[in-house]
Amino acid sequence: MDFQLSDDQRALRAGARELLAGRFGRDRMRAALDSGTGLDRALWRELGEAGFFALRLPEAQGGVGLGLPEAVLLFEEAGRSLLPGPLIATHLAAGAVKGAAEGGAVVAALDAGQPVGHLGDADGLLLLGPGQARAVTAGQMLRDAVRDCAEPVRSLDPLTPLWRVTGPFGPGEPLPGGGARLRDEGALLAAAEQLGSAARTTEMAVQHAGEREQFGSPIGSFQAVKHLCAGMLVRAELARSAVYAAAVTADRAEIAGAKLLADDAAVRNARDCLQVHGGMGFTWEADVHLHLKRAWLRSGQWLTAAAAEEALAADLC
Amino acid sequence: MDLAYTEAEEEFRAGLREWLAAVLPSLPAKPGPDDWPGRRAYDTTWQRMLYDAGYAGLHWPVDAGGRGATPSQHLIFLEETEKAGAPYVGANFVGLLHAGPTIAAEGSAGQRARWLPPVLRGDEIWCQGFSEPEAGSDLASLRTRAVRDGDHYVVSGQKIWTSHAEVADWCELLVRTDPGAPRHRGISWLAMEMDAPGVTVRPLRTLAGSTEFAEMFLDEVRVPVSHRVGAENDGWRVTMVTLSFERGTAFVGEVVACRRTLAALAAGARANGRWDDPVLRRRLGRLNAEFRALWRLTQWNVSEAQRSGGVPGAGGSVFKLRYSHARQELYEAAAEVLGADSGDLDREWVLDRLSSLSYTIAAGTSQIQRNIVAERILGLPKGR
Ligand SMILES: Cc1cc2nc3c(=O)[nH]c(=O)nc-3n(C[C@H](O)[C@H](O)[C@H](O)COP(=O)(O)OP(=O)(O)OC[C@H]3O[C@@H](n4cnc5c(N)ncnc54)[C@H](O)[C@@H]3O)c2cc1C
Repeated sequence: MDFQLSDDQRALRAGARELLAGRFGRDRMRAALDSGTGLDRALWRELGEAGFFALRLPEAQGGVGLGLPEAVLLFEEAGRSLLPGPLIATHLAAGAVKGAAEGGAVVAALDAGQPVGHLGDADGLLLLGPGQARAVTAGQMLRDAVRDCAEPVRSLDPLTPLWRVTGPFGPGEPLPGGGARLRDEGALLAAAEQLGSAARTTEMAVQHAGEREQFGSPIGSFQAVKHLCAGMLVRAELARSAVYAAAVTADRAEIAGAKLLADDAAVRNARDCLQVHGGMGFTWEADVHLHLKRAWLRSGQWLTAAAAEEALAADLC
Repeated sequence: MDLAYTEAEEEFRAGLREWLAAVLPSLPAKPGPDDWPGRRAYDTTWQRMLYDAGYAGLHWPVDAGGRGATPSQHLIFLEETEKAGAPYVGANFVGLLHAGPTIAAEGSAGQRARWLPPVLRGDEIWCQGFSEPEAGSDLASLRTRAVRDGDHYVVSGQKIWTSHAEVADWCELLVRTDPGAPRHRGISWLAMEMDAPGVTVRPLRTLAGSTEFAEMFLDEVRVPVSHRVGAENDGWRVTMVTLSFERGTAFVGEVVACRRTLAALAAGARANGRWDDPVLRRRLGRLNAEFRALWRLTQWNVSEAQRSGGVPGAGGSVFKLRYSHARQELYEAAAEVLGADSGDLDREWVLDRLSSLSYTIAAGTSQIQRNIVAERILGLPKGR
């Protein structure tokens, strides 16, 4: 047993971090936030070229031929950098929706009863029903349908535009693997994004605690602050082992546990990070609210805490 | 990154399983919690069985009498023995899990030869004399003094919370050998015989009603200088090695036990109808996520140690923090499953609920673990 990243996996993660730092560093992220423009198509294509979407497609189909553990590492980096867009749905649709694998198409996910992120930019839709998952791909038809049966919501997360769906979409094409598998994988990748965010807010809190001085000392020398930071690390590291193990086993209960713990880590770490930042944490200028808002949205996506807990309870019987 | 065990590891597992199935039925009945001689006999009998079958000191170095097994094999050992319902280390805890490894790492060849084999054979029991009435979390403020007299130290002072002191043969004892030196620099690590003249043990009654630990009074106890492990006044560093073993690996097997208890809670809840309560059901589901993840974290830490080949790192504190709280929550859930029976001290889970209160205190409190995580892992500045 060797439950540590391999050299290739480390290199992959470092590469993704470097790519995102170069293409979606803090300045770009804040610029996207200020301009409120839609998805950056050029960046989307670059992500496609870097293998974000085709990572798990077999090489024979033009993919990279890697597995869930590698996908989890990429999505962890995406979560760290607050990269916006329906990354998970597009990744899951690679091979089934034309252009998704290369980053030419943006695929959003429609989960019954949930608002849909980035619907306005979507070239395709992943329909997650209770049974079979289906894909709706037709470009113009989709845009007409969006106009007729969806309306924009003022979104909690400024980098994730949301749409409320008011009518039915077309029937779509059944996707290979079925709804349950896609939902599990979506939950796992969302957990990976949460993990990245939880680790990032821990770093942000530790950095601030080491620099900001009050009463003549760095606030990180005060135990109340120190213990908040320690709790953040513990949450992030427990979530990390859960997420990585779920990626290796692809086991349903394991994935449910990973999503539950990663949601918890992302949300609670962002809150604690905000607390460590004091008044600064309550400003638009600090990034911590963006992590918290995204973490809140993700908690409600793919697999909720209630559903995860029920699945884990059923696993005990 | 994988979770698959190698063929050799699986072979080891199969052999161990077979052996456990064959020998466990021959174990005598478990003695009551206050039958100390009985508990000692039971725990050492089990240790002797392990020794005879070649499973004692599995992951200790070969030249320390162990089998030099990989950390993965050790993990398999803990997993399988726990799953099979084999006895826990019990009174052998200190000898096997921290005094022994410390002597193996820091002791001289003669010390290793003298002390390690009897631990592995179950012939000798150790206890840990670190804490004092005025030195708990602040261990470095300990006052028990050892004054050099020829080739002996003369030791006087008081220790407290000494687990298994009543049945121990040896004590890993921290003493102050240089009262003039800065706090951390004047401490030495001694092996003291418990039946030496001047040692008085007075049992303390725990909140669970048992006598789990004791006070120990030391009145001019003579300890040979040759029983010092590590250099004089270098005991603090040796102690840090001990504590990293204590926190790093000592609780691993118990995670498996928690998973078993959780499954039993679910079965119990279904039998008595409490399972229909969605709040309780979801609580048990969440605990399932906790203990699954703690097991994965263990595998992560063990794989890391296997790669670096060293003493477990500060990651043990991360594990200990989460584990000790999760285990307390487990027994809170147990009380809910028991409902009206949660006041019945004869129910196993009720006694376990009481015992679990010590997890956030013993082996370094949660507050101290958080300090360690913040300062040693996150690099935050030391407080005053
Ligand atoms: C069941 C059990 C078995 C034990 N077995 C042994 C044994 O075999 N051998 C042995 O040597 N010891 C043993 N101990 C002792 C154990 O290690 C100590 O109880 C523990 O280290 C805490 O010390 P204390 O009890 O003096 O509490 P204190 O140090 O007085 O702590 C009291 C409270 O103050 C908090 N506190 C103290 N310092 C700080 C700080 N700097 N920052 C924040 N909070 C702080 C603590 O977290 C705690 O909540 C055992 C304890 C228990 C409960």
